[in-house]
Amino acid sequence: MNETIGMVLIGIGVAFNLVGCIGLVRLPDVYNRLQAATKCVTLGTCLVLVGVAIAAGWAATPLAIKALVCAFFIALTVPVGAHALARGAYRSGVKLCEGSVVDEYGDSPTMARFRGENAETRPEEQRETLQEHADAKA
Amino acid sequence: MMGINPVLLLVLVICAFLCLYRIGRGPTAPDRTVGIDVLGTVIVSFTALMGLYTGADWFLSIALAWALLSFIGAIALAKYLEGRAYDE
Repeated sequence: MNETIGMVLIGIGVAFNLVGCIGLVRLPDVYNRLQAATKCVTLGTCLVLVGVAIAAGWAATPLAIKALVCAFFIALTVPVGAHALARGAYRSGVKLCEGSVVDEYGDSPTMARFRGENAETRPEEQRETLQEHADAKA
Repeated sequence: MMGINPVLLLVLVICAFLCLYRIGRGPTAPDRTVGIDVLGTVIVSFTALMGLYTGADWFLSIALAWALLSFIGAIALAKYLEGRAYDE
């Protein structure tokens, strides 16, 4: 019984991995690829690891516990890594693909500051802080 | 130990080759980095399946270590990308 449940989970997980990797090849730009590949592959790998833990059962305790710890760790770290990669890709200047309709990060004050544009584009609060610093110096 | 269908392992190998295609072909450096990140995760699940297939629990130790190193590598590559010039 346990083995059947584990095999079903492993099958679903491998299917998710395959779909994610096809998305990695087929989609048009870095951000789409990152979004398809990372989400699908994270879920797929977590399902595979949980399936391994269930299929191994308590007869093979070290294997099951290591698989569960690994699943927890993958679920924590891969999205963080993907977020950092998307940020790094945007800041290294990769353009969005042709059909993109909105670019909120590019319009945000954070990116304006990163591009070194003038202080007028900064949010109100920070401009006041800068003014206070200038006053304190004078 | 268990009756795993070897087709599952074959499908994961195909996934790894799709990632390798993206690493080799990717037009920009972030594309390759995404490919490397995803390849690491696919390898973790492959290793876990090998652990179930053979019944040896050190395969899962390898998977754990690989997940750690893949995460640290992804963070390091992301910081490296961020440090490049914006006007590329």
